[in-house]
Amino acid sequence: METETIFIQHFNEESRPLAYYLAKMDGYKAAKKALAMQPDDITAEMKKSNMRGRGGAGFPTGMKWGFIPKTSTKPKYVVCNADESEPGTFKDRDIMRYTPHMLFEGMLIAGYAIGSNIGYIYIRGEYTREAKLLDAAIDEAYEKGYLGKNIMGTGFNFDITVHRGAGAYICGEETGLLNSLEGKRGEPRVKPPFPAIAGAFGGPTIVNNVETLAAVPYIITNGGDAFSKMGKIEKSGGTRLFCVSGHVKKPGVYELPAGSVTLRQLIYEHCHGILGDKKLKAVIPGGSSAPVLTADEIDVVVDIEPLMKIGTMLGSAGIMVVSEDYCVVKLLGRITKFYAHESCGQCTPCREGCKWMEDIIERIEHGHGREQDLNLLLDIADNINGKTLCALGDAAAGPVMSFVKKFRADFEAHIRGGKCPNA
Amino acid sequence: MSTKILSQKFYDAIKKLETRYPTRVAMLLPALHLAQEETSWLPPEVMEEVGACLGIHPAQVKEVASFYTMYNLKPVGKYHLKICTNVACALRGAEGLVKHCEKKFDMKCGETSRDKKFTVVEEECLGACGTAPAMMMNDDYHENLDVQKLDRLLESLK
Repeated sequence: METETIFIQHFNEESRPLAYYLAKMDGYKAAKKALAMQPDDITAEMKKSNMRGRGGAGFPTGMKWGFIPKTSTKPKYVVCNADESEPGTFKDRDIMRYTPHMLFEGMLIAGYAIGSNIGYIYIRGEYTREAKLLDAAIDEAYEKGYLGKNIMGTGFNFDITVHRGAGAYICGEETGLLNSLEGKRGEPRVKPPFPAIAGAFGGPTIVNNVETLAAVPYIITNGGDAFSKMGKIEKSGGTRLFCVSGHVKKPGVYELPAGSVTLRQLIYEHCHGILGDKKLKAVIPGGSSAPVLTADEIDVVVDIEPLMKIGTMLGSAGIMVVSEDYCVVKLLGRITKFYAHESCGQCTPCREGCKWMEDIIERIEHGHGREQDLNLLLDIADNINGKTLCALGDAAAGPVMSFVKKFRADFEAHIRGGKCPNA
Repeated sequence: MSTKILSQKFYDAIKKLETRYPTRVAMLLPALHLAQEETSWLPPEVMEEVGACLGIHPAQVKEVASFYTMYNLKPVGKYHLKICTNVACALRGAEGLVKHCEKKFDMKCGETSRDKKFTVVEEECLGACGTAPAMMMNDDYHENLDVQKLDRLLESLK
């Protein structure tokens, strides 16, 4: 039996136009249905669906929508997080370039559910082409009355504006994103208040990932229960878009029911195994922030709880595969350089610690490391972990702690041999 | 400010954006993108003009512009190559592309070639990991690169 999928069958240029969306994908029928429902019933369907945010944190979407205060007199906002900046993640780009109307329809349903008439898509600045495609698709939707005033004659108004970022990983963090949307530096805010209470421009705001919002029409059409049942594991409904990259024969985006696949199956069946049939060395399962796994740990179901149980995380489902001949010290050095570069600088442990970790790993990589450097690294990581305003600190510490723990012999070989053993 | 550097097109675009945001300062990122499209980098006088247009101090413009890597605070070459060297691209040979450019243009990564045609920088993850290695040249992505493909692209620009 073929597995039902929501997105991947539409990932081609042909799907993009509004005409195709209306004719072949029952476009905007879910919105029509939703706009005839009570807003609270929509949020109830979202809760039933077991949709957990696809951006990385995995927070239940229905619950997030439920936090929006009903009595607030301030304008409310629907903000789509299309920053897709977690290294190893490239699924939202496909949704935006191939099925943009799924996203708009999801946003407008979300707007109706929380009582908002204003939507922003915060897209990473580098996705210039995708931003242009979104703008063109938005124009189409306005022209045909699926966005703007009195949508489909229901009296409901909803606007969507594409807001381009300008190159900053931290703007994927929702409060950094909101500051950036407001025309400020993308520095994360102190929480509480959470965005549901005081988000964009001080108003109650939901911030949801592209994949999360684009799945909303499916949930409304088929019901929360149906979406929930697509998931093959408790607590996670629907399908997931897995992004697989690195040393596999067939990298790319794969859509499979949540909880239905192990890392081994993804790598060796769906992606046809390791390039050059080499041995597997390591897997980073959830974007570069996720603690690394060794080749012995891949018989794990790729979903939130199973990965958490073995000390790592699903994150954004960006799976990066590393074969035996790539130096893991060099790899950790590159990851840490990224966090040092992207630290916004507000919190001292992150700003200073990331740079120190980068320097220490670099000297180990080049054979200038000292015996005590590994403990020093772990000590710095421990002093960052959990001690910063946002998750970037943890994201930088997790890889360091896991690489040193799981590949300690590789690090020691660099220190004792005075050079990279593979060089 | 005596003479304006930014075109009427810039001011028209800002006028259009005004209805989309509850505050003027929220237009700062789009305004800087629009300005840079015209001037290729953001010299102080352009930031000053953007600030005047949005009703904010030039220092506030610079404070924000300097936070984001895509705003060029110094001149760049006609072709701005941003080669991703983050994990997925590194695993697929991005380092070789950087070295190739350094050799070809006889300069270090981060610099601009003597004829001012090419600036080459290392970029963080572009979100094109499934088609790694990837780079951006000005606004366009180039994916599944290797040295030969990169060379063909560079030759086509001459």
